Formats: sequence, C-alpha cells, structure tokens
Amino acid sequence: MSEMNEQVKALPPRLELPALEKNMLELRALKNYFLTGLVWFLAMLASVPLVSVIYMLIVEGGARLDLEAVTALPPAGFEMGGGFGNAIVGTLTMVGIASAISIPIGVMAALYLSILNPNDKIATISRFLAKVLTGFPSILAGVFVYAVIVVTTGTYSAWAGGVALAVLMLPTVTLAAEEAMKQVPQRMKDAAFGMGCTRTQVIFKVVLPTALPGIMTGVILAVAGAAGESAPLLFTALFSNYYMSELAEPTASLSILIYNFSGMPFENQIELAWTASLVLVMLVLFFNILARIVGRTKFKE
Amino acid sequence: MIHNPFKEAASSKTLSAAPTPGDYLKDSIFRAFAYFCALSIILLVAYIVFELGSQALPAIKTHGLGFITGTTWDTNKGEFGVLPEIWGTLYSSLLALLLGGVLGVAIAIFLTQGFVHAKMEVTFRTIIELLAAIPSVVYGLWGIYVLIPLLRPVAQWLHETLGWFPLFGTELSGPGLAPAALVLAIMILPTVAAISADAFRRIPYKVKEAAYGMGATKWEVILKVMLPTASSGILAGLVLGFGRALGETMALAMLIGNMNNISISLFAPANTLASLLASTFPEAGQIEIQALMYASLVLLVITFFVNVAGLAVQQYTMRKFEGKK
Repeated sequence: MSEMNEQVKALPPRLELPALEKNMLELRALKNYFLTGLVWFLAMLASVPLVSVIYMLIVEGGARLDLEAVTALPPAGFEMGGGFGNAIVGTLTMVGIASAISIPIGVMAALYLSILNPNDKIATISRFLAKVLTGFPSILAGVFVYAVIVVTTGTYSAWAGGVALAVLMLPTVTLAAEEAMKQVPQRMKDAAFGMGCTRTQVIFKVVLPTALPGIMTGVILAVAGAAGESAPLLFTALFSNYYMSELAEPTASLSILIYNFSGMPFENQIELAWTASLVLVMLVLFFNILARIVGRTKFKE
Repeated sequence: MIHNPFKEAASSKTLSAAPTPGDYLKDSIFRAFAYFCALSIILLVAYIVFELGSQALPAIKTHGLGFITGTTWDTNKGEFGVLPEIWGTLYSSLLALLLGGVLGVAIAIFLTQGFVHAKMEVTFRTIIELLAAIPSVVYGLWGIYVLIPLLRPVAQWLHETLGWFPLFGTELSGPGLAPAALVLAIMILPTVAAISADAFRRIPYKVKEAAYGMGATKWEVILKVMLPTASSGILAGLVLGFGRALGETMALAMLIGNMNNISISLFAPANTLASLLASTFPEAGQIEIQALMYASLVLLVITFFVNVAGLAVQQYTMRKFEGKK
C-alpha cells in the first residue's frame, strides 16, 4: 500500500487547477447573501401566524377548558359558565354521517378509476370533475343541500349537514384512494390474475389490503377537513342550543358555535369560542396525526 | 411414507380453482357497482349545476344580466345586484394571491433548493401543512381578536401620513379588506407552496448541475434556471390558490365587514359572494333566496373556470416533464 502511495506521489501533476477565486464582495455574491437572508426571513414570517394561532388557542382557549365546557349546554345572553357539549356531539355525528356516505362511494369510484377501467371516458371525466370539486367553494355545497334536502324535508337537520359534508369529502376520498391503489405494483396484480382470479378477487385479496394504509391516510385527512368545515353547515344543520334527540332536527356543531359566539358582545361567549376552537383544532390535529402515523406504514415497493 | 408436498397441497383447501359461475356473477355485480360510483361523481356535479340553475331561474328571469352590474342589495325594494360582491371577491383574492403567492413560492424555494437540512425540511413542511389544517372559522376568530387590533394602529398611521394614496384612502374601523386579505393569504399559502415545491422537485437534477458547472451562484441558478423551468408548475399553484381564495367563506364573513361597497382602499369594509351567502342566507325570504341562488351560480361559474384553468396548467406541466425524465 505505502509503496503504491509513494508511486502516486512521485507522478507529476497532470493538470494544473485553475485559480478558483471567490470574491466575497462581488456584486453577485452580495446579491446571493441578500436573497438567502430574504428567503429565510419569508419562511420564518410564514410560520408566525401558526405560532400565534396556537399560542392564542392555548392561552385563551385553555383557560376555560374543563369538564363543564365540554359537557354543558351553550349559555344564553348574559348567562355565565356553560359549554358546548351538544356541539361536540353534533360535529361528530355529522362527520360520521358524511363518512358513512362518502367513504364507500369514494373508494368504489377510486377502484373504477384506478383498476377496473382507468382510461375509459367515464373514468376520465369523473377524475377530472373530482379534481374540479376539490376546489369547489364549500358554501355552495351548503346551498345545494339546502335546495335539495332542507327545502324538501322542510327542516334543518343533521342529515342535511352530513350530506353537505359528504359532498365535500367525496372528491378528496376518491382522489386519495385512487392514488393509493395506483401504487400497488402491476406484477402483484398480474400474479393474481395469472392464478385465475376474477377482477373482484384481485381487488379484495390483493389491491385493497396492499393499498389500505394509503387509502386510510386519505380518508382520515378528508375526515379532518370535514370536521373543521363550517360554511356547508350554516344553513343545512343550522344550530341548536340543546343536545340532539334525533337526526331530523337542527343540530349544533363546534364550527357554527365559534362563528355565532365570535360576534357576540359577551365576554363569556367569546371565551367559550376560544375554548371551542381549541377543542376543534385538537380534533382536527388528532386526525392529521393519525393520518401521518397510518401513512408511515405505507406500502413501499 | 415419503413426504409429498404436492399431494398435501392438493388435498388442502387452499388449492386454486377456476372461478365458479357464482364468482363471475359477484364480479360483474361488483364492477357494475363500482361503475355506478364513478358515474355518481359526474351525476353529482351535473345535479349541483342543474339544481342551482333551476333555483336561480326565477331570479335570472327577473334580474337578467343587470344582476351582475347592479350595485344595490335591497330586499325591501326587491333590487339585487352583486357587482360589489364580485369586486370584493376578486380584489380580496388578488391581494391574497399577491401576498400568499410571494410567500408560497419563497417557501417552495426554501424547502427544495437546499437551504435547510432534510430534518428541518420535514419540520417546516409539517408547519405549512398544519397551516392548511386549521379550520377557516378559527382563522376568523384569530383575525377578529388578534389581527385586527394589531393592524389598526398601522392602518391609522398609513391613512394619516399617506391618506392621499387611494390604497390607504379610508380608516380601518374594524373589519375590512386588509385583515380579510391577510388571513386569506395565510390560507392559500400552503396550496401555492405545495404545488410550487412539487414543480421544483420535478426539474431533473442535471439541469441544476449544468448551471452550477458554468459557475453560476446559487441564486443565479434559482432565478435564471430553476424559476423559469418551474414557472408553469408555479402558475398552476397560483391559479389553484386563487380558486381557493375565491370560494373561501367563513373567515371572510367574519373579517371583511359585509358591506356593499366598491372601494380601492385596503382598509374599507367590503363583501364577497361567499360571505354574502353566509351572512344573508339564513334569514332570507323567498325572493331573496332566489337572488342568492343566482349569486351562488355566479360564484360557481367563476370558481369553475379558475379551477379548470389551474388544472389545465398543472396537467400541461406534468406532461412536459414526463418526457424529459
């Protein structure tokens, strides 16, 4: 070894390195420092709102977070105390209804889009429309469901709220599930087909189990989004000051409670709006973190 | 006896067999069901357009195109016009796009062009994603009790010293365009950042290497090579972000002031189509509801075209780079 090293050292240098110089005060170098500083500044600036929102939620919302707040009924005008137990129940119920409608339809539609017939006309149009629907203003879902369900049944209801949320969840679930199913390697499907499986068998025994973590991630994120929505509930579920006794009556939700209380001139209600926001954000973040954990086990080829 | 795995397999239940007629039946039912579900998305969109259209029809007949150019919204007189709302929607969204766009692209550059270590990149991306996860109504609450009190002295000072400048022409009395546009900017920032970052990641590494090889500084590479190459992807992000901003409701309904007002001033209260719907729909009577249906149809048409434009640009970008990989 050492012999070889010496030999290498003995060799004459074959090429002369150019004199690489870097002038720190050259205009283009200065511009470089300036822009680097600027982009750092902008990136930090963008995280200020998040920090501020979370700080306010913890300080303002945390102050009232107790058993009474999450179980009691909303206070009227000058009343002290109170809480938003009925709104938590309402939000969870309506998100549940929305999931029960949109997840099966979304996953089935995704199966069609990704596996059964990815390139036919129906699939192309429906994929495109699903993408358009993800940018659909959420309030229009409310207007639509108002016209279809609230007017026909004659009452605001948890049903209507749930359906409005389902309209918003459907495209998200479909696109996420399609993406997850596309990740299943072709050779796994080929192997199953080669053994004589029908398409349905391939889907249930190979595609769905393999794509499940990815589908779950998409579904949970859609649920998180729906839980935080308020515009579609404004005139479908409306609001109620009591615990729900049936699905066909006006129903409270956390987001509408925050909206209603935020404009009130009473200290007590505003404090409760912050606490409800904290609960709502914790709910949404819980789903987000869950989605991340599930997504980590994602299938990798 | 000799151990024979084949014989064992043949006698066990896991032996593969050709699908039975029952399997075929199940298969075709299942596929028909999936087909129907895919179709349901198309039917849903068609139904939404049909329903809003037919509900708005009486109002379209009575108000015609004057609805779009009219500036008063008066239930008692039966006069309805949404020009101030269209103006407010476009103006607030453009302001938000300006701010959110610059920040979003800056963050995309920050995350993809090697300014931070991989670990910090993940942390930062999580922060941006969490920004998108916070519900709109919580931003509204934050806007009312944190942003507006914070903005008011700044707005006051700007108005007093630069009052001749149309943008600062009025005082900020509380809710107004400036806080609404700021919150909107925060809300569209994640969309712009995510799609732009994706556009940067799609650029083949050799493009950057070639530029470095010619002695360009980091920022010369970013500004003269990376940005132009990623421009169509960034454009898609901006257009889709703009679409989000147009339809955003709750935070705006809480922050913009809900005033029928066309003003260029940043501090004047205004209104948007979505927040008009949110604030007047619950208490509206029959005739006003028809007018509101017309307004939602206008909103639907605007957001539809913006979103389709954004998707088209995105599609174009993806195709452009797929060939070059």
